[in-house]
Parts: sequence; C-alpha cells; structure tokens
Amino acid sequence: MDKIKIGIPRSIPYYYFDKKWTYYFEKLNIEVILSPKTNKKIINDGLNYTNDEMCLSLKIYMGHVNYLKDKCDYILIPRIENYGVADQTCTNFLSLYDLVKNTFKVKVLNYNIVLSKRETEEKGFIKIGKSLGIKTSVCKRAYVYAKAMSEKDKKKKHLMNLKKLLSSKLKILMVGHPYNIEDEYVGLPVLKTLEKLNIEWINAYDFDSSITNKLSSKLSKDIYWKYSKELIGAIKFVEDKIDGIIFVSSFPCGPDSLVNDLVIRKINFPYLNLVIDDLDSLAGVETRLESFVDIIENAKAKS
Amino acid sequence: MKTQKQNPNITIAFPRMGNYDIPAKYLLTNIFDVNIEDIPIITNKTIELGTRYSPEFVCTPFKYTIGTLIESLENGANVLIQAGGGCRYGYYSELQEQILKDMGYKFQFINLMSKGQKSLKKIYQELKKVDSNFNPIKALYYLIITIKMVKYMDKVDDYIRENIGFEVVPNSFINLQKEMLNSFYRSKTNIDLYFKYKFYFKKIKKIKINKPSNHLKIGLIGELYTLMEPFSNYELERELASYGMSIKRYTNVYYLLFQKGRMANKYVKYAKEYITYKMGADAADNIGRTKYLCKHNYDGIIHIKSTFCTPEIGAMPIISKICQEHKMPLLFFSFDANTSEVGIKTRVEAFYDMIEGRRQ
Repeated sequence: MDKIKIGIPRSIPYYYFDKKWTYYFEKLNIEVILSPKTNKKIINDGLNYTNDEMCLSLKIYMGHVNYLKDKCDYILIPRIENYGVADQTCTNFLSLYDLVKNTFKVKVLNYNIVLSKRETEEKGFIKIGKSLGIKTSVCKRAYVYAKAMSEKDKKKKHLMNLKKLLSSKLKILMVGHPYNIEDEYVGLPVLKTLEKLNIEWINAYDFDSSITNKLSSKLSKDIYWKYSKELIGAIKFVEDKIDGIIFVSSFPCGPDSLVNDLVIRKINFPYLNLVIDDLDSLAGVETRLESFVDIIENAKAKS
Repeated sequence: MKTQKQNPNITIAFPRMGNYDIPAKYLLTNIFDVNIEDIPIITNKTIELGTRYSPEFVCTPFKYTIGTLIESLENGANVLIQAGGGCRYGYYSELQEQILKDMGYKFQFINLMSKGQKSLKKIYQELKKVDSNFNPIKALYYLIITIKMVKYMDKVDDYIRENIGFEVVPNSFINLQKEMLNSFYRSKTNIDLYFKYKFYFKKIKKIKINKPSNHLKIGLIGELYTLMEPFSNYELERELASYGMSIKRYTNVYYLLFQKGRMANKYVKYAKEYITYKMGADAADNIGRTKYLCKHNYDGIIHIKSTFCTPEIGAMPIISKICQEHKMPLLFFSFDANTSEVGIKTRVEAFYDMIEGRRQ
C-alpha cells in the first residue's frame, strides 16, 4: 500500500503551526507535501478561485490549495475559532475549511480549536491522527513531542530577537502577520529591501507570545484577536530599543484595519504603514522604504 | 419639549440603526435622570464626515456610526454609548473613542461590550458612572418592556415587509407604523404596551392591499447593519416593494438578541451538506437561510452587505454554489459610502425582469 500523503498549503495557518505539524507527522511517520513558496502561478490560480473582495492572504491561500489538490490524499486545514474568549481569530480562520470544501473536490483533514468550549489543540491533533487510523496513545505521544520541540524552536526565536535588539544598526520592528511577512510575494520583498539598506529588522511575532499577549493591554484594552494582540504587545515590549516600526498588512485585512489605526494613534515612533494590495506595485514600496529609512536615520542623528 | 432633569449637564447619544433608536431612547429616558439626545437621521453629510475620519479599509458601518456620533457631539451630547460583537463590530468602540478624542471632543464613552463579549458586571459599572442614582431594579423593569417593544416592532415590521408592495393607498403602512411607534414610546407598563400592539397590529392588518395570490417572493439576507439601516442600503426594501414583491427578511434585533444563540447551530445543521462550522457573525445563518429559501419556492434571493464585511465575503461563494445547484436567481450587493444609486436601481430592475420572466 502506498503511504498516505498529506498536503499542507504554505499559507495562513501554516505559519502558526509549521514546526508542530512537521514534528508531529514526522513522529507518526506520515509523508507531508508542502506547497512551494508563493509564485506568480499560485497567485493567479488563487485569484480564479476567490472573489475580489477577499483579502490578499486568503487569495494566496486558495492558490496553494489549488496547487496541492491532486498531489496528495488529504489537505490539512485547521479551523481556529479561539484560544479563550479574549483570544479570538479573524473570521477567515473560521471559514477556511468550509470555503475550501465548497470550492475544491478534495479530502480535507480538519481539526477545530475552540478553547472556550474545551476543544483544545491536543484534541485536534489526536483527532487527525485517529482519522488516519493511528492509535490514540501514539498520537498523544507524538503531539507531546511535537509541542515540546516547537516550544524549543520558539524559545530560540525569542532569544534570537533579543540578540537582534542589541545590534548597533538601525532597528525596525516589523508588525505584521507571519503569513504576510514571510510570504514570498508580500513581506519578503520588504525584508530584502531592508537588508539592502543595512537595517536590522525584528519580527514582532517571534517574541514569546505569553509575554506579548499580556503587554497588549497597555496599547488596547478591548482587543480580542489573539494574533493581533501578540503583535502589538511586542511594540510595548521593545518600545525603547527600536528606531521605527513598519506595519505590513494585506488588503483589506479586517483586524488590521482597526488595530493598526488605533496603535498608530497611540505611539510616538516613526512608522510606515504598508498595505500590500497590488502585487505589481513593489517598486513603489521600495521607494517608500528608502525614504522611511532616511527619516529614521535623520531622527537618530539629531538625538 | 425637554423636561427639567436632575443632571442637566449630561446628554446621552448613541449610533442609529433603523427604527431601533425609539426603544433605545425609551429605555434610556426611563432609567436615567439625564437628557437623551434625539439621534440625528443619517444623511449624506453623516457619511461624508464618517468617511473622512475612518481608517481606510474598515467596513462601512464604522463610517456610518462614527458619522452619527460626531453629529451628536456637535449637537451637545457628552456621553456616547456603543455596543456590538460577533466580528469586527465588537472592536469599533475603542477605536471610535480614540478617534473622537483625537479630534478634540470631550465626552465619556460607554462600551457595553468587553473584549467582544457581553459582561453584565461591566455594563452595570459603566451605567453607574453616568448616573449615580442608577437603579438596577427599575432598569430591569424597563428593560423587559423595551425587549417586548422590540419584539412587537419586529413582528409588525415582518408583516409590513411582506405586504407593503401591494398597498392601495401609498404610504398607508409607513404612516400607521410611525403612529404606532410614537404610541409605543409613551407606554408606561407592559400591559399598556401589549394592548397598543394588539390595537395597531389589527389596524395595520386591515389596511387595504391588492395582493395577487401568485405574487413574487424575495428573500433578503446578508450583513446585519446594512440590512437594518435603510439609509445604508439606499432604501433597497422600498425599491423592491415598488415592483410588487413581498420581502422576507430574517435578521432583526430581536433575532440577534434572543434567537440567534439557538438558531445559529440549527442553521449549520440544516445546511450540513455545505458547511460544518459557524463562520463568524451571521455568515452560517445566511447559508442556512439560502438553502431554506431555495427549498421553499421563493423567486429570488438578494444578499446585501457593506464593503469589506469579512464574514459575509467568506459565505458568498457558498451561497452562490447553493443557488446554482437549485437554479435560484441570486443578486449580490456590496454597499459603500459612494455606491451609485442609479446602478442599484438598474440592477434591481434587471433582476426583477429575470425572475418575472422565469415565472412565465
């Protein structure tokens, strides 16, 4: 019998679970196919399967699913509703699964995280393992392993970030969801430009989320989106160690439209608000980045 | 006429949605000893103001509500109330408060929701801040009457919506409804309100209509604010009624407050061949309703929402799929501050021609 292959779209939820998934399936000895980095074809396919009001990230996601649809047995799509009532997600995380089910004829491996109703991540992971015919005890062990390993990686990232903060270069905090910042077409061009300009960039989401989540209340007392909380908490965390902030969001991101606007009103740093919509307008982004770096350089020279 | 209140310095205002400013005002006047402002009707100026001070790609209800709040502040309000939840709506308050403060207004902002959830304790604390004489027992008494009022309003509204397209004397429904709401506003007890409701509902049912037995039936679904605030959907319901169609709309305040909790899961179960989970706000409800309307001999479905409404955008592909499978005519509207009214009229006309043609 052929080994079961599980497809993982390299988009939205992947960036929150990547290590956990890979360690988990590695332990269970299941083959995983990861869709390639976002390319022109994936984006165009994504546009074909979505309507034009959907956010850019969702369009890219659908492109990745389209790439995987006939290359694997199952596609892994979690549904994440909340990690507690004050830690919700954007509604796209709620509808991803049903959206894909209705758009493509594919088998989907799905788990649901609703912590407010005690549907935990652990239960979710065990559920997918079980539906593949693996014993609960084995799944449980694999999950514990995956969790411990990914926690270790997270700690490493946190330490790396702290190290970056000590750098003597100009330091810019990147505030944006990982699925945007790390996407080949959305955030990576920005990071590359910053590197060219000799800037130390620090990803807000790489900080320990248990610290940043709590700090968010200092900027916004009513916020209830988990991932946005962690991003703005990081601003508070590194406040006095950075020279500027770049907000990166995809058009028209729901939470970002409100949260970024509120945060911008409350901070007094140099900032740049990049909303990536049209993927062909990256040249414009480069110019904006250059002038932004000029501004913070001048500001630093003066002080 | 304003009577002398104990705290003449306090004036409360809140954003407007349809006719619901009447029960809201009723509740506030009866539980507080302060001035309640007449909420200004939404005009083009409101939306212009709202758009100018809103973030770039926020959904349209944000712009309408902040526009109304600015106008209210200009008229002298100094306590603002905002509530909402389910999607982005729950986060409006904090940003709106900040924007209005940055504009230089001095006011107290009361957010009835905390982190997108209802919290009775918080509501009590906030209300106590407005009026130190706030009495929760009295408030509960009037709250019950207000809830009943909303229920009666919505019931009458449903009837009117189904029949207004067939009235013989123009505006007879609207005028009587206005009269009814005015008399509701003056009622003091539950029983008083009940008799008024019975009286007016009887009267409204007696209004002469010319309703053919094979009239066209339309289901109206979509995002809640756009559905319930006629200005934000460019009076779409009136436009549809002028073609002689009866309109079925599910979303109203009574549904959202008291039926949604129970019905939302039922809708998901009902449409289980399409969806497995709730999708935020009213998205799953609308998918269930789409299937129901398809199965029950309706002639067409119109889905309306404000631009950038994320939950509904996620539901739209599934709604079109259901309609395609059932060969049901479907029309999408996405309303923004600068949607062209002529465009709406043309599309409604074309849609009417199509469903009319299908009948024959």
